Amino acid sequence: MAKVISADQAMAHVNDSAVVMIGGFLACGTPETLIDAMVKKGVKKLTVIANDSGFPERGIGKLVVAKQVKKLVATHIGTNPETGNQMNAKTMEVVLVPQGTLAEQIRAGGAGLGGVLTPTGLGTVVAEGKQVVTVDGKEFLLEKAVKADIALIKAHKADEKGNLVFRKSGRNFNPMMATAAEIVIAEVETIVPTGEIDPDEVMLPGIFVDYLVKG
Amino acid sequence: MDNRTLIAKRVAQEFKDGDIVNLGIGIPTLAANHLPEGINITLQSENGFVGLGPVEEVDPDLTNAGGQPAGILPGGATFDSALSFVIIRGGHVDATVLGALEVDQEGNLANWMVPGKIVPGMGGAMDLVVGAKRVIVAMEHAGKGGSKKILKKCTLPLTAVNVVDLIVTNLCVFEVTSKGLVLTELAPGVTVETVRENTDADFTVSPNCQEMKIS
Repeated sequence: MAKVISADQAMAHVNDSAVVMIGGFLACGTPETLIDAMVKKGVKKLTVIANDSGFPERGIGKLVVAKQVKKLVATHIGTNPETGNQMNAKTMEVVLVPQGTLAEQIRAGGAGLGGVLTPTGLGTVVAEGKQVVTVDGKEFLLEKAVKADIALIKAHKADEKGNLVFRKSGRNFNPMMATAAEIVIAEVETIVPTGEIDPDEVMLPGIFVDYLVKG
Repeated sequence: MDNRTLIAKRVAQEFKDGDIVNLGIGIPTLAANHLPEGINITLQSENGFVGLGPVEEVDPDLTNAGGQPAGILPGGATFDSALSFVIIRGGHVDATVLGALEVDQEGNLANWMVPGKIVPGMGGAMDLVVGAKRVIVAMEHAGKGGSKKILKKCTLPLTAVNVVDLIVTNLCVFEVTSKGLVLTELAPGVTVETVRENTDADFTVSPNCQEMKIS
């Protein structure tokens, strides 16, 4: 049974220096209510793992603007000039990762794997300092698994067990992140009684979800 | 006809009926508007769906990979980012079309950062060019101020090594072969000399070099 709590109550689990995965793709499928609560609480020195840093006024960008992020691991930062400013001023560390690699690193973190072998990034700066593994004559980069203290995800609908249904392109990184963190908080639009979501329609089993927050 | 439309129309001739295609932002996206009669393709959007189509109504849960409102055509399907890159990296995309900052005669591509100036991040580009069966670069032949973009060797950080199959510009079409660039088509009114003046890379002229057929 996932516990239904308020966004402010959820912040008891989000503390300074935490490693936080946040779902969403350019502020689509991002838990905006939880991000607002993080800004309100003023947690600092966060390591944020996410697809991108959103926009200055939407999505993960709000945390960047409030200078709460010490390190950002992301695939794209071009839509939020503030991220580039803080990176150039060296007040925030930014690690850029190919999108498919980040998805697999998080999946591996949740799946009990040490990492994945990918051809993506070979011969580029992404490969610097990483092990190259040859399999059947073909080279791959070893990309290590990624985990977090907490995952803040967004879904469309939950039942009381925490089973989740995502909607359209709002799914993106959310399901993988829910498997790769110690504590998982899902912001949802609707919570329905257990049994109302057909097991075949569940996109993420509730066993991964600790808390539900109505967004 | 403006350069962008010319390039988009020529790129559209590369698709086969039934192809799964991923189009980058800008000129590549325009190619979908100029498909030859009888050619139907399925567009993949790396943020998590196939069947990308025109916007019917703005839905906050449905954007394209640039974060703009999008539509899904009947028969489309949504999925998470890991599956999206199973499709992309796993060789299930028939063609990807992208812009470039630089491309060279070995098929190397640079399109994700200019050190010290713009660092938007690679997003899904590194995975796309490694995984897609066919990689088409679509861009204006010359850069700002007439700078050359088709080089002997890329100078900017690479997106990937030896991945480009075809270069389509407002001046010409180059095929990238194991023996270097081969000029196969010239835009109406363009001479080999004009291409040479605007190209740093070495290239040979195909004996079958012809004028682009653009209606």
